[in-house]
Amino acid sequence: MQALTNKVEVVSRKPMTWWERMYLPAILKGMAITFSHIFKKNPTINYPEKTRPFSPVFRGLQILNRDEEGREKCTACGLCAVACPAEAITMEAAERQPGEEHLYKEEKYAAKYEINMLRCIFCGFCEEACPKDAVYLSETFAPSNFQRKGFIYGKDDLLIPHPVNEPEAFAKARGSRAKNPEGHGNEH
Amino acid sequence: MLVIDWAIFIEKLVLIISVVSGSLVIAMYSTYMERKVAAVLQDRRGPSRAGPFGILQPLADGLKLFFKEEIIPSFSSKFLFILGPCLAMLTAMMIGAVIPWGNKVHLFGRDISLQIADINIGVLYIFGVVSMGVYGIMIGGWASNNKFSLLGAMRASSQIISYELAMGISLIALLMVTGTLSLKEMVGGQMDHWWNIFKQPLGFLIFLVCAFAECNRTPFDLAEAENELVGGYHTEYSSMKLGFYLFAEYINMFLSSAVMVSLFFGGYDIPFVNDVNLAQNIGINWAAILQGLCLFGKIVSFLFLFMWVRWTIPRFRYDQLMNLGWKILIPMALFNMIVTGGLILLKQNNWHF
Repeated sequence: MQALTNKVEVVSRKPMTWWERMYLPAILKGMAITFSHIFKKNPTINYPEKTRPFSPVFRGLQILNRDEEGREKCTACGLCAVACPAEAITMEAAERQPGEEHLYKEEKYAAKYEINMLRCIFCGFCEEACPKDAVYLSETFAPSNFQRKGFIYGKDDLLIPHPVNEPEAFAKARGSRAKNPEGHGNEH
Repeated sequence: MLVIDWAIFIEKLVLIISVVSGSLVIAMYSTYMERKVAAVLQDRRGPSRAGPFGILQPLADGLKLFFKEEIIPSFSSKFLFILGPCLAMLTAMMIGAVIPWGNKVHLFGRDISLQIADINIGVLYIFGVVSMGVYGIMIGGWASNNKFSLLGAMRASSQIISYELAMGISLIALLMVTGTLSLKEMVGGQMDHWWNIFKQPLGFLIFLVCAFAECNRTPFDLAEAENELVGGYHTEYSSMKLGFYLFAEYINMFLSSAVMVSLFFGGYDIPFVNDVNLAQNIGINWAAILQGLCLFGKIVSFLFLFMWVRWTIPRFRYDQLMNLGWKILIPMALFNMIVTGGLILLKQNNWHF
């Protein structure tokens, strides 16, 4: 029969020679191969101590951003919730009271902002939809949890640390993913 | 009144306790070594969590085994079920009695021989104990009242019986060369002469293959062939009874390495060094320590060989195993014996026909 591809390899059925039937040379050859692996570098990364760097386009946990004075940027417009294909985001809006200007940037803010991390598919559409640059995806992923309700992240889980009070934590949480590292939004 | 030399009693007791606990600790750490060697040969890291470099891993494993539920199947014969692992452990430990762990030490004004029992039939004793070892597996497999256990046990026993023949015949040639059955004298004979491996290379090869088979190690671990027999003879075992079986395997490995080193690789002989002169120069005790270390090093390299082979060679099929044992190893051992006998005759005749 004609071979269909040129990848065909004919199996050799010829009986083993005396040397091959000795079996020991073959064993020694195999043992030499395994022995050579002692000197090979192993590719394992010692995980909890060392982590593999994420690629710059990695999409991880959401972060609710603050501006440079530490005011929450989110205005609870709901565009992210609409954009979310997994319907993971829910929020409740509230009006900023006089005297709360140092907490919220705009007159309206999110009193409740929840993302269900079990539903979230980390597509990043919320980040694209946000007009205030208030939500973006970070370079961390959701840690494991014992209960389902532990995966519903509220505002206290999502909000970035205060840039003035805790600058180091803020810088760490901000990472390199924020579009405007200086805190200036793309609001017009 | 019977007069017992209490000093001998105490010295032997101390020796027995240290050999038993020593082989337990070494068996423990050979499980660690096995995992590390396996990891290194497969480009992995191996246990690294418990303690630095995973050095406490054997303790963690043992603890885990202790905390497992102890299950004795209701359809098993309980006495035999418990007796099985005990026997496996006991026979594994008993080999250590005749192995010379060193020449002697001089303590409290006494010369203490570092061998529990220097019996003049040491090699025969080893054979007797090793063939007892199959009882542990056999009884365990039988008492489990489980098809897979029984199959595993039968495989193990027929395999051990088959390979014991070749092992014995290969040793006869060695015994003809050394002219003694006492392990101490055998080691003594190798101290200042060639090691027996150079006099009996074929005998050593046969002995090595048979030792692999006797220890139920890959490529001859058909007794616990996981893909065919679930767990083999210890399918029904759990908790520390299973641990005993696994432990017995490693003790067997350690002690058969020790036997091989004593028979073929000069035992506690320090290579390229005249041990008698050394003992005169640095004192008997220091020489004994060096010899012990040397013996230990040789044993560890044999343990490494066991593991290295395990992670290289796939398992034999059962008919291949029997073919190898009966059709190749036994004829080869017989051939070796006859050639050795002929050469010894010739030598006694001053190389005249």
